[in-house]
Amino acid sequence: MALLEIKNLHASLEEEDKEILKGIDLVIQPGEVHAIMGPNGSGKSTLSYVLAGRDGYEVTEGEVTFDGKDLLELEANERANEGVFLAFQYPVEIPGVPGMTFLREALNSKRKYHGEEELDAMQFLKLVREKAKALEMGDDMLKRAVNVGFSGGEKKRNEILQMAVLEPTLCVLDETDSGLDIDALKIVADGVNALRNENRGMLLITHYQRLLDYIQPDFVHVMAAGKIQRSGGKELALELEEKGYADFTGKAA
Amino acid sequence: MAATVETIEQVEQLGTEKYKYGFVTDIESEMAPKGLSEEVIRFISAKKEEPEWMLEWRLKAYEHFKTMEEPDWAKVEYTPIDLSDIYYYAAPKIKDRPNSLDEVDPELLRTYEKLGIPLKEQEVLAGVVAVDAVFDSVSVATTYRKKLAEYGVIFCSISEAIKEHPELVKKYLGSVVPYSDNYFATLNCAVFTDGSFVYIPKGVRCPMELSTYFRINAENTGQFERTLIIAEEGSYVSYLEGCTAPQRDENQLHAAVVELVAMKEAEIKYSTVQNWYPGDDTGAGGIYNFVTKRGACRGDSSKISWTQVETGSAVTWKYPSCILQGDNSVGEFYSVAITNNAQQADTGTKMIHIGKNTKSTIISKGISAGKADNTYRGLVKVLPGAEGARNYTQCDSLLIGDQCGAHTVPYIESRNPSARIEHEATTSKISEDQLFYCSQRGLSEEDAVSIIVNGFCKEVMKELPMEFAVEAQKLIGISLEGSVG
Repeated sequence: MALLEIKNLHASLEEEDKEILKGIDLVIQPGEVHAIMGPNGSGKSTLSYVLAGRDGYEVTEGEVTFDGKDLLELEANERANEGVFLAFQYPVEIPGVPGMTFLREALNSKRKYHGEEELDAMQFLKLVREKAKALEMGDDMLKRAVNVGFSGGEKKRNEILQMAVLEPTLCVLDETDSGLDIDALKIVADGVNALRNENRGMLLITHYQRLLDYIQPDFVHVMAAGKIQRSGGKELALELEEKGYADFTGKAA
Repeated sequence: MAATVETIEQVEQLGTEKYKYGFVTDIESEMAPKGLSEEVIRFISAKKEEPEWMLEWRLKAYEHFKTMEEPDWAKVEYTPIDLSDIYYYAAPKIKDRPNSLDEVDPELLRTYEKLGIPLKEQEVLAGVVAVDAVFDSVSVATTYRKKLAEYGVIFCSISEAIKEHPELVKKYLGSVVPYSDNYFATLNCAVFTDGSFVYIPKGVRCPMELSTYFRINAENTGQFERTLIIAEEGSYVSYLEGCTAPQRDENQLHAAVVELVAMKEAEIKYSTVQNWYPGDDTGAGGIYNFVTKRGACRGDSSKISWTQVETGSAVTWKYPSCILQGDNSVGEFYSVAITNNAQQADTGTKMIHIGKNTKSTIISKGISAGKADNTYRGLVKVLPGAEGARNYTQCDSLLIGDQCGAHTVPYIESRNPSARIEHEATTSKISEDQLFYCSQRGLSEEDAVSIIVNGFCKEVMKELPMEFAVEAQKLIGISLEGSVG
């Protein structure tokens, strides 16, 4: 069974009634890493929001099956608890809430959802410290309020840490490489690579090929004007790097 | 955005079934005749077997009260209070004040159990908290008195204090909030029924948190409690009060007076978790909470700290204040005020700097949802002699939905050029980005609002005694349930 199956997905912004996704088809099998590349405004981020269940978007046609369930029927928090994780392009600040507290709430929400016992403070601390070490994040970073005063790189590492702790089955990474210098990019990429396994699917959304040097995808898709225009292997990314998106935006217009 | 529309709809739908303290205890009460008159005051005083001087003081206040008018400067609107339609005294029928908990009416004990207040001494948080419980007009039980007495600490109802420690009561009652102070305080002086009395002798650090739980039960009753806390030189006490009331259709009046006196190097920490019934979504039936709280830092290097978490009441009118008389004395005010539905709160503080190098800190967090109005009103006053006075004020407002209001009204009067006064204010909304981020991490909308609001209030919440911080955190979540859709 496919992990994620998107069929003819159409979606628009509720308040503008403007169609952004115009028939997306995509299948991700367990263990596969897919990359979606495309120019700005092609609908890449919208796709990630629609998958995560953000308010304000309306699916007008099509279906999405995740792990055998109708994903579109679920609330955003239910999707998260079912195992869909979105690493944000711009992680959100929550003043006054320590990162640890936030992440523990999140993990315990998921455990409760699955009828498992909640972790106490000590058990949780042990788990997080272990995961944080690999991402070169110290206790001080975990104690600070969620994303408040974090540099771009710290915010992205924090997203990967949350991903590592929550252990989702589908990871959607929205422009995770944006705003990262080369060292930060390496740490983040190592963190993501460490999470690759045979049960977990990943969808990398990116504008540039650079990220794909560090996280090697199994498939690359080019998205423009709300549709997947072409699919291929990782060589497609290199081709795009060379030629740019002009071919696709031209075709779409 | 669409989500905002949903939020607003959700807020509109929000009922009041969430108020879990809304039950009524079926217990026989003894009441004074309805309405306010000299006879009623004499009745109350006689019921309490008060000495003559106490009755005289009450009558003096009543005479003055007759010349006063209800103030209307606060940003709150409510149906005028009909003082003739209130019972000023309602007491559960018990023969005498019980000597031990075994003699307390089991029905009363069950009420407090339902409220989560463990009156049974062995259950009282392993000896960390001593409790005085006030039910309608009388104090029903004070726990841990013997243990406290070993330290010389007096913790009893104000009625007992009037009888047993008249010299202390005479000396301090009305010394911080005089009988002529303001409309509601003066009314309280005339008809106050019970409340707590605390005396900490010189050099004693009170070995446990002291706590009072107030409960309005009887219909059409007002609760007029009076609390007096005296901390002698070098002593310390931490005191907490909590309040609840049954759900009723009629608004009920609560007009309390709290007076604190801190002598040289003494410290009083006074925390309130106020959860009076807020009324239904139109505000009908909620408690009118008109309270005068004031502390005097009489001695040098004394300190008074007010922490309040206000989630209940239909109307709140409350300004816990500090008079900083002693040199180097410190006043603090930490406040979280949450208003939802049709609730209105006009609350803040007054810091009066009189002594040299006096210091005050004000941190106010107002959260408004539904159609509620939330006003911070505060005064920082520096008198000519207050050389080197310092104040820092921070007022933050958080709005949920687009039909609520937040207002900040700071008054600053400085008559000493060496004073340093800082005021910061912010207004923000819970953003959809924050809500989406939380729900994408698996949190329900309600947990998300709760965690965001608790983060917003963090600087205040950390001032609460540990034992009550968890309860207050939950209360914040409950108060805002359904405020976001």
